[in-house]
Amino acid sequence: MLGYVMVFCAALLGVAVILNMLRLFMGPDVPDRILALDTLYINALALIILLGIQQQSTLYFEAALLIAVLGFISTVAFSKHLLHGDIID
Amino acid sequence: MMPFWLELLISFLLIVGSVFALIGAVGLYRLPDFFMRLHGPTKATTLGVGGIILAAMIFFTYHRQEFSGHELLITFFLFITAPVSAHMMARAAMQLKVRLSARTQGRPWEE
Amino acid sequence: MSINWPKPFPVFLLTLMWLLLNNTLSLGHILLGLILSTVICILCRNFLVDLPPLKKPFGLCVFVIRVFFDVVLANLHVARLVLGPEKNLHPGFIEVPMCIKDEFLLATLACVVSLTPGTVSAGLSADHTKLLIHALDASQPETLISDIKVRYEAPLMEIFRCSAT
Repeated sequence: MLGYVMVFCAALLGVAVILNMLRLFMGPDVPDRILALDTLYINALALIILLGIQQQSTLYFEAALLIAVLGFISTVAFSKHLLHGDIID
Repeated sequence: MMPFWLELLISFLLIVGSVFALIGAVGLYRLPDFFMRLHGPTKATTLGVGGIILAAMIFFTYHRQEFSGHELLITFFLFITAPVSAHMMARAAMQLKVRLSARTQGRPWEE
Repeated sequence: MSINWPKPFPVFLLTLMWLLLNNTLSLGHILLGLILSTVICILCRNFLVDLPPLKKPFGLCVFVIRVFFDVVLANLHVARLVLGPEKNLHPGFIEVPMCIKDEFLLATLACVVSLTPGTVSAGLSADHTKLLIHALDASQPETLISDIKVRYEAPLMEIFRCSAT
């Protein structure tokens, strides 16, 4: 049963990723695109954890943690760039 | 072989998590202005990933026959960072004066 | 020359993180984690923010559990608003007056506000007296403000001993 459920969940997350991509291309302003990129990072993280469960391997958690950290840092860096024009005060 | 109730619990958590992640993405896609779009991802995705990570924790605790806790770190990290990045994006958007929906009450601050 | 030793709480937190990261409870990792986190705390002591004294540890647990339930309820509420028709949305900016002075508690409150029912904190005035929030459903601003003050601000001020202004 778990196998079917995981395929179903991967499909749902795939639709979510497609919606994020549409917003990334459409987004009328720059903050919209940053928000779409941030959501894309988080959804990719969820997909990687799902892959880890399917392959029964804990190796994927380090990758997921790194993606979480990089996503946060890049979002903050983009926002600071928009706010002040430079990243490090 | 995994007992049936455990499989049911993991499936439930996985489905709840991915449905919430999808709702966050739908909110990002169809809400009319930037500040409303900010609500979808910051809330729905934290709970979505939280559900999936909880399922992974239960699965690996059973699979390795010992408590597996390092998935919790990702959840903690997301719960701490999601409000911070939302706040930063909101400030950037206020400074750029993005278009607001006509029905918005109140005004953002001038920075 | 005397080393000024770091406070025990950050060291404990960092050690716990190290153990979670390595997913073990062996003695060697506990010792290594303790040594690493002590060194990190000594190196970073100029950047660490002082926590206000904790008065009610039990109250903190109740507060965390309540915030967790509110996050789940908030998600259901936001899901209904997102999937429902567009005319149900009443977005708006609201200014909430703040009684808390402590920086750490203000940051905590802003995070909690961002995580819970249909609100995102969007700005803090320079003199730390007003928090600007954006609400997805701002049809009754007074209830929203009193909700935040009663549910989150008052318990935080009770749990941590800090002076009200």
